[in-house]
Amino acid sequence: MMKAIQQAWLVIVLSLVFGAALAGVQLTLQPRIEANKLADALNQIPQLVPGATQGAAAEVAGRRVFRALDDAGKLVGWVVPAAGQGFADKLELLVGVNADASAITGLYVLDQKETPGLGDNITRAEWRAQFAGKSLAQPLQTVKTAPAAAQDIQAVTGATISSWSVVGIVNEQLARFRKELRHE
Amino acid sequence: MSKAADGPTPLERFIGGILPENPTYRQILGMCPTLAVTNTMEGAMTMAGAVAFVLVCANVMISLIRPLLKPHLRILVFTLTIAAFVTIADRLLAAFMYDMSKQLGPYIPLIIVNCIIIARCEICAARQGPWTALNDALGQSLGFALGLASIASIREILGFGTWFGKWLGWRVIPELPAAQWSNWVIMVLPPGAFLTLGLLMGAVNWAQHRRAARRPA
Repeated sequence: MMKAIQQAWLVIVLSLVFGAALAGVQLTLQPRIEANKLADALNQIPQLVPGATQGAAAEVAGRRVFRALDDAGKLVGWVVPAAGQGFADKLELLVGVNADASAITGLYVLDQKETPGLGDNITRAEWRAQFAGKSLAQPLQTVKTAPAAAQDIQAVTGATISSWSVVGIVNEQLARFRKELRHE
Repeated sequence: MSKAADGPTPLERFIGGILPENPTYRQILGMCPTLAVTNTMEGAMTMAGAVAFVLVCANVMISLIRPLLKPHLRILVFTLTIAAFVTIADRLLAAFMYDMSKQLGPYIPLIIVNCIIIARCEICAARQGPWTALNDALGQSLGFALGLASIASIREILGFGTWFGKWLGWRVIPELPAAQWSNWVIMVLPPGAFLTLGLLMGAVNWAQHRRAARRPA
């Protein structure tokens, strides 16, 4: 035991020092990073909900969402932040839905650390376009061939898990959001 | 390079990193970012800056604690130190250069496995004082930035017609009708990185051979 500590004390001390330093950096920078993500999310709202020109932060049953508004300030849809486990790390998505949350109008990847060249293809506009217009009455399904049914999303080649994660997050979080919205 | 009793001097370390031991063209290290983020100058220079930050901090830190290093645990200590500074760089980018941080995505956390940094810790910082280690880190960082800039300039100019297009908006090739000039999409895509790196490395080797031939030993 003593010998082990003699050998490893530097590693242990450094781990503690670096751990504390990183916690400090995270605490200091977190508000700024969150503000950046919020600005990014608000910028995306016109692309995520057709007809929307602005967004306003709102809360539905404790969940932070964005109301997508048109020029006149009328509600045309919602943008729901949804996060979950991806293939490599946490995935943060923004899902645009119509006013009664019955169909998806758009999808955006806010933060991801998927495999470069494979998994990060989920951020490509062509792939994300598949989600627009999908009904939320039934869960979406990931398929590896050309989509046949209405609820099919074709997985990115070489990134089955990343695609499957996105679809899973959308299914789970949006089902919950629909329930919350009905109870509001 | 002359060998003093305790290794190369700070100046030799600094100069060495820029051209004679250039990380990209002579050591052929750090190939992942060299190939992956060189389709725009903004991305390449942000990567070079992040690597410089990590390299300088890690080299100085390792040099300061070098009397405490146990030979069989040194790689562990290097990796731990590098990982801590990479995480700081990643958070700083996300806070102050959010767009770049999104564009570079996982390549910033991947600096942890950039061999240039661990090689400098092993070759220089674990053996020499902090002043030498600092000069070594600055020289290698400059060399790496030069390597990235040479590839990124060619790729961005041919691929987009711009140079620092996103930051400065400089157009090198004016916008012309498609019949006269169209951007080389392949330069933006991964094959462009391999082609450019291969041709530039060939050119560097060719120049080296010519110089050696002109100056008989």
